Amino acid sequence: MDIPYTVEIRPDTGVYNAKIGIWLFLASEVMLFGALFSAYILLRVGAEPGMWPHGWLDVRLGAINTLLLALSAITTLLAWAACKVRQFGKFKVFHACTILLALTFLGIKSYEYHDKWIHYEIALGSGPNAGKFAEGHLVEKSADFNLAKKTGTVTLHGHIVADRKDLMDLRSPAAQTVQNEELTINAADIAKMENYGPKHNTFTAIYFTLTGLHALHILGGTAVIFYLWGPGSRLWRRDPERFTNRIEVSGLFWHFVDLVWIFLFPVLYLT
Amino acid sequence: MDDSVAQFPPYRGPEAEASHGGHGHHDHEQPGFWAKYIFSTDHKVIGIQYGLTSLCFMLFGFFLMLLMRWQISHPGMPVPAIGPLLEKVLGAPAAGGAISADLYNSFGAMHGTIMVFLGVVPLAFAAFGNYVVPLMIGAPDMAFPRINMASYHAFFLGGVVMLVSFFIPGGAAQAGWTSYSPLATTIPTNGQAFWLTGMVLLITSSLLGAVNFIATIIQLRAPGMTWMRMPFFVWAQFVTAFILLLAFPPLEAAGVLQLMDNVAHTSFFLPTGLAVGGQLADRSGGGSPLLWQHLFWFLGHPEVYVLILPAMGIVGEIIANNARKPIWGYKSLVYSVLFVGFLSFIVWAHHMYMTGMGQRIATFFQATTMIISIPSVIILTCLFLSLWGGSIRINTPMLFALGFLPMFGIGGLSGLPLGLAATDLYLHDTYYIIAHFHYVVAPGTIFALFAGVYFWFPKITGRRMSEFWGRVHFWCSFVFMNMVFQPMFFQGIKGMLRRMSNGAANYSAAQVHDAIDTLPGTIMELNTFILWAAIALGLAQIPFIINLFYSISHGEKVTSDNPWQATTLDWQTPTPPPHGNFAHVPHVLRGPYEYSAPGHGTDFTPQNEPLDQPVPQPHPVHAH
Repeated sequence: MDIPYTVEIRPDTGVYNAKIGIWLFLASEVMLFGALFSAYILLRVGAEPGMWPHGWLDVRLGAINTLLLALSAITTLLAWAACKVRQFGKFKVFHACTILLALTFLGIKSYEYHDKWIHYEIALGSGPNAGKFAEGHLVEKSADFNLAKKTGTVTLHGHIVADRKDLMDLRSPAAQTVQNEELTINAADIAKMENYGPKHNTFTAIYFTLTGLHALHILGGTAVIFYLWGPGSRLWRRDPERFTNRIEVSGLFWHFVDLVWIFLFPVLYLT
Repeated sequence: MDDSVAQFPPYRGPEAEASHGGHGHHDHEQPGFWAKYIFSTDHKVIGIQYGLTSLCFMLFGFFLMLLMRWQISHPGMPVPAIGPLLEKVLGAPAAGGAISADLYNSFGAMHGTIMVFLGVVPLAFAAFGNYVVPLMIGAPDMAFPRINMASYHAFFLGGVVMLVSFFIPGGAAQAGWTSYSPLATTIPTNGQAFWLTGMVLLITSSLLGAVNFIATIIQLRAPGMTWMRMPFFVWAQFVTAFILLLAFPPLEAAGVLQLMDNVAHTSFFLPTGLAVGGQLADRSGGGSPLLWQHLFWFLGHPEVYVLILPAMGIVGEIIANNARKPIWGYKSLVYSVLFVGFLSFIVWAHHMYMTGMGQRIATFFQATTMIISIPSVIILTCLFLSLWGGSIRINTPMLFALGFLPMFGIGGLSGLPLGLAATDLYLHDTYYIIAHFHYVVAPGTIFALFAGVYFWFPKITGRRMSEFWGRVHFWCSFVFMNMVFQPMFFQGIKGMLRRMSNGAANYSAAQVHDAIDTLPGTIMELNTFILWAAIALGLAQIPFIINLFYSISHGEKVTSDNPWQATTLDWQTPTPPPHGNFAHVPHVLRGPYEYSAPGHGTDFTPQNEPLDQPVPQPHPVHAH
């Protein structure tokens, strides 16, 4: 028994099975990310005035990542084209580039995550700046630092503001002129200390969820492309047409993942 | 093995190449137990896997319901017989063998979840769809057999996660099958995290299934099987697959967000200033509880059509077959089912009139809700009219199919007052709603599923189920089903709230003397009546269960591959269909319901019967 149209094209529909399969899968992916983007819109529209963050993410890093994925889309297309004209060597080169670009993207993404993880907002409950808010990147915690026991100190590279709203819009003229310096804060003065992780506010929540889910897609796509580039490429010798189809189908998924980032970049970094 | 078999060359690969020589002579090619029953890629085995698993889950969901009905009619009293066992297994929530309010909530949430996502959908869509659709369109298997296997395994794993959650500290999810936030996030048990993980697995399973079904129906139709020659059942499954493909991902998105709320302590669905137990919750706030409801019901309403469309497809096949005439208005049926599928995506907020989302939005969704009833009525009317002038054969599948029509009718018509905001505001949180949607799903869809089991059983096993016990099963189920759900309409109209673990005893006239509009004793006594009816309904399933398993080995053997004398391709295969299904590639020459064609020797003309053969030979049984 053989399933028809696994490799050859069915004349009246014009496609082979896997191509329809991947387009259907992408349709459901559109609904998945569509729902998440809708959630983003609803949360942002419903945010209290002045409390939605602007300029929290590094546009330069985001732009570099956008460029990386755009380049990987080109190499993916060229890899497929190389298979089409039966040039296996070129395919190997192009998809090696795709994999390297994807890994670089993930590296930059992890650096950005780490940057948010060591970025703290501290509400000051007592001391000279009681009622104010300190914000900055962690420099060091003293050995005996303990929030619950209120012992030790924490040092941030940042600044102190009176109104929490001043922490939200980093593109405002006031925020542009802020001088960051090393602040050492006593644990006893801290009312609340929280990093810019998912639970910090709705923006970081949706940022980590959307980019995290996207990064998982990048990871999955890279794994598949790596398999087809490495052990999976043995199929080339037995059935080059079938192998080319696999490259095309995995390429379609890769282009979709790139496209999601094209939406994520302006939505999260530029607005 | 004749030449025509060579038209389906074996799978690529050494072991399949070796089998080219003959039938059963090569012992080494026989797959072992694991390959044959657990890791099978054969659509028929996967269909049976889905069928048996989902029937077990349905029985389990039914037992949860029985326990809840006991608690409703006898609040706080120990459950007879299995009370000590409950206490032993579940611990404190079942202290003294009685069901605590928390446990009642768990059972309620899990009854809904199990019945919908682990019972009816897998049986209606995955089990019948897997077994029957490739046969009906003349395909050797599904388009992606290994993805098909992965789909079942993801489903099974999801079911296991759901079941395991009963035994974790604090017990299973308690926020209802709808899992509204912030309730779902603030209940102090990890049951909700298990529920969400289980749901993600189930959604993955249905995604893989849906992609497979659509690709199979588009790509693997046999030569001559044009779109308008496809049986109505295949159309129904096709639209169902599209609904699953496009409506489930938003719930997956919502599930991921709620999982973040529960595990990473984000505030996607938690509003600013949320207080839990009198304390301000340590949350950033800024989220929207309404967002969860929108995302949930964006799946939740299309899900209703996932439950009902395959059932309508089954009923259509059985009615055409047993009325011995072409189904009435085939094209109307097809266009209606497509229209239902499309419209089901824009009616979801009629579940949310109570949320205060605004009268303008409510007006829009009232309009679409009234519009979607039109194609549903067309489908039901076509099925009724198909009976007109037929020479009707009454047998067990036909009885269940006929039972479906008025039961679904009651379910659908009782939904009209709920589609209009003015009446819905009063009825929404009462037993009226429970009666309404159970009439759609229980005596509606589940009757159709029983019909399907009795109908396709001879194709699957080569034997018939007992006709006598089938009729006993039907009449008892029919009577007791109505005795369970009919009283709920009256309770609901009188204002009895659903979701109350004590059966609304605190609103009864017996307990509250001087308030107006308390629940009279006659309404409260219906709780006991329903309990006994539900127990009787459970007993009525025993003949079915015994019949099902006994008939596999002891049922009356069928003498033909086509015992119902049906026209569709699923009956033109050997019995049971071998791996690859068809000995010859079927060539389809006509529509699916050529019954009682004038001038034809028999009263049925199979879709693939050659044109120049007016009197067909009876199909011999293929020995296997």
